[in-house]
Amino acid sequence: MARRRMIQAINEALAEEMARDPRVILFGEDVEISIMGDTRGLHATFGPDRVRNTPICETVMTGMAVGAAAAGYRPVCHMMYGNFLYTGMDAIANQAAKLRYMTGGQIKLPVVYMGVFGAGRSSAAQHSDAMHPMFMNLGGIKVVLPASPADAKGLLKSAIRDDNPVIFLQAAGRGGEAGDVPEEEYTIPLGVAEVKRPGSDVTLVAIGAMVRPALRAAETLAGEGIEAEVIDPRTLMPLDQATIVESVRRTGRLVVVDEARDTCSAASHIVAVATEAAWGALRAAPRRVTVPDVAIPYSPPLEKALLPDPERIAAAVRAILGR
Amino acid sequence: MPSEVNLSAEDLLGLYRRMLLIRRIEERLGEDFKRGDLPGPVHLYIGEEAVATGVCAHLTDADWIASTHRGHGHFLAKGGDPRLLVAEVYGREGGACRGMGGSMHVADFSKGILGANGIVGGGIGLAVGAALAAQLDRKGAVSVAFFGDGAANQGVLMEALNVSALWKLPLVLVCENNGFSEFSPTATVTVGAIADRAKPFGVPSAAVDGNDVIAVWQAARAAVRRARAGEGPSLLECRTYRLRGHVESEASFLQGSYRSDAEVADWATRDPIARLAGYLDQNGLAPASAREAIEAEVAAAVAAAVAYATASPYPAPDQARQFMFA
Repeated sequence: MARRRMIQAINEALAEEMARDPRVILFGEDVEISIMGDTRGLHATFGPDRVRNTPICETVMTGMAVGAAAAGYRPVCHMMYGNFLYTGMDAIANQAAKLRYMTGGQIKLPVVYMGVFGAGRSSAAQHSDAMHPMFMNLGGIKVVLPASPADAKGLLKSAIRDDNPVIFLQAAGRGGEAGDVPEEEYTIPLGVAEVKRPGSDVTLVAIGAMVRPALRAAETLAGEGIEAEVIDPRTLMPLDQATIVESVRRTGRLVVVDEARDTCSAASHIVAVATEAAWGALRAAPRRVTVPDVAIPYSPPLEKALLPDPERIAAAVRAILGR
Repeated sequence: MPSEVNLSAEDLLGLYRRMLLIRRIEERLGEDFKRGDLPGPVHLYIGEEAVATGVCAHLTDADWIASTHRGHGHFLAKGGDPRLLVAEVYGREGGACRGMGGSMHVADFSKGILGANGIVGGGIGLAVGAALAAQLDRKGAVSVAFFGDGAANQGVLMEALNVSALWKLPLVLVCENNGFSEFSPTATVTVGAIADRAKPFGVPSAAVDGNDVIAVWQAARAAVRRARAGEGPSLLECRTYRLRGHVESEASFLQGSYRSDAEVADWATRDPIARLAGYLDQNGLAPASAREAIEAEVAAAVAAAVAYATASPYPAPDQARQFMFA
C-alpha cells in the first residue's frame, strides 16, 4: 500500500488510463494548469492532442464529448464544478443518456464527465450542489461517487474503461484527504458496494463525502453498545441493491446519509428499494439524514447547520433504536 | 445557375437521382401520415433536398454528419438505406434503429450518420466532437453539422464557432435557412444574416441559393476542401424554403396560418428538383429519357423500401428495456 491523497489517486488513475489506451483524451476548462490538481502534469506527459484546455463552453463541450465518443474516442470531459454540469445539461440528458438507446444500440458511448460536488467550503449555492440524484434519474448515465483515495482511483479507472457515459463526482474540498492505495494495478467494478464497517444493530448507508462522518458516528455509537454496519454504495447507478438489502434483512434497521437535498435524494431511493425488498425484516421505519430542501448558504455557521454530521447521524441511529 | 460548373452530366444526374429519391420517399411518408399509418410525427424536407444532396456529394462513409429533426434527407444523401429509413419511421424491428428512435432519430453510424436529432441545435456539439476525433485521427475526414435557422439562434452555435476556429477543426457548419423556426417566420425571430455570424470568428462563410444544387455543391466543395486540408471550419447558409409544414400533423392543431398560399406557390416555382431538370434540358446535358429512367428507378426503390418496411415486424415488447447500456 502507498499513502495517497484523493487528488493524487485521481491523477494517477487518469495518467495510467491515458498511458494504457491512446483513445483516452481529456479536455475541460483549465485542465492544463489544473486548478484542482487532478489533471496536473497530464498535458506535459500526453501532449496537446490528448489534453486540451477548452474555452468556457459547457454547452458544446458536453456535446463534443458525445460526438468524439461516437467517433471512436474515450473522452474524459472535466467539468470542474459539478454545478456546471447543468450548463451542459442538454448534451448529457438528451444526447449522452439516450443516443445509444434511440439508435437501437448501434454505438457505445465511453464518456466520463467528472467534477467536484457538495458543500462545506463556503462556495455558496452555485458551487455546492449534490446533483447525483438527477443523474440517477436520467437512466442512461452511470453515477460514481468515491469516498476514499483507493476507491477514487479504482472506480475512475473502471469509469474510463466503461463503454457508457459515467458521471464521476468527487467531494469538493476533500482532495487532500489521504488513504492507503494499492501499489499494484487494480480497478474497482462499478455497481459494487463496500461494507466499510461491519455491524449487526443498524444498517448505515452513506454516500460520497458522508462516509467519513458516518464512520465517526459508528465509532461513537460503538461506545454506547450500538454496532452500526456502514455501507458505501460507491456507485449509485447501477446501485448494488443486494448488499444493502441483505444487510437490512439482518439488522432490521436502516439509516441513509446523503448530502443531496431531501426531496428525491439518493437516500429516498435507497430507502424505497430497501423497504420494498425487506419490509418483513424491518423493525422500525427507515430514516434519511439529508440536506433540507434549500440552497447551500455561504456563511460557515449557516452551511454547517444544514450538512449531515456525525452528531446528526448518531442521533438518527439512536432514534431508530428507540434510545 | 452559376456560370462555372465543375460537374459532368453524369454527376448532375447523380445529384438529380439523390434529390428525387429523398422527394419520393418523403412524399410517400406524407401520404402514410395522412392515412394515419405512422405512429409519430414527421417533419418533411420537401423543397430543401438540394442542401443535403449538394453537401453530402463531397463526403464518404468516413466523414461524419449530424442532422436535425428534419433529417430524412440527410440520412439518404449520406448513403443511408431507404429501406432502413422507412422501416424506422414505421416503427419496425428492421428499421435503422430497430424502431427505438423513429423519424427524429434515424442514424447509421456505419455510414458516418450521427443521427437526426430531436433537439434544435442538438447535433452541433456532436459534429464538433466528431470533427475533433477526425482531427486526432489525421486521416483527412471531415464533420458536417446540418442545422436550421432556428438552431442558429441557439447559443451552442457561438460556442461551436469559437472552439472549432480556435482548434482549426475539420468542420463544416451548414445552416439550412428554410424560412421558419417551427411556425415563426425567421425574420420575426432572427436579426441580421446568419452567414455573417461567422465573421467575428474569422470563419469563412457564404450565403448560397439553397434551392440550386449546383451552387450548394460548389460552396460545399470549397468548405469541405478547406476542412480536409486542416484549415478549419466554414459556415454555409443555404437559403431555401420549407414547402411543407413544420410537422405533418400541424393542420390538426393550428388555428390560424403563419404564411400565405401565394408565398408557398411562389417558392414552389423554385423547386430544386425541377430547376435541375430544367438546367439539364436547356443545356442538352441529358435526354428526357434519362430522367424518366431515374424516375422509374426511384419509384422502384421507394416501393422496395415500403415493402421491406411493411414486411418487417414490430419489435418484441421486451426490446424496450434493451440498449440503455452497452
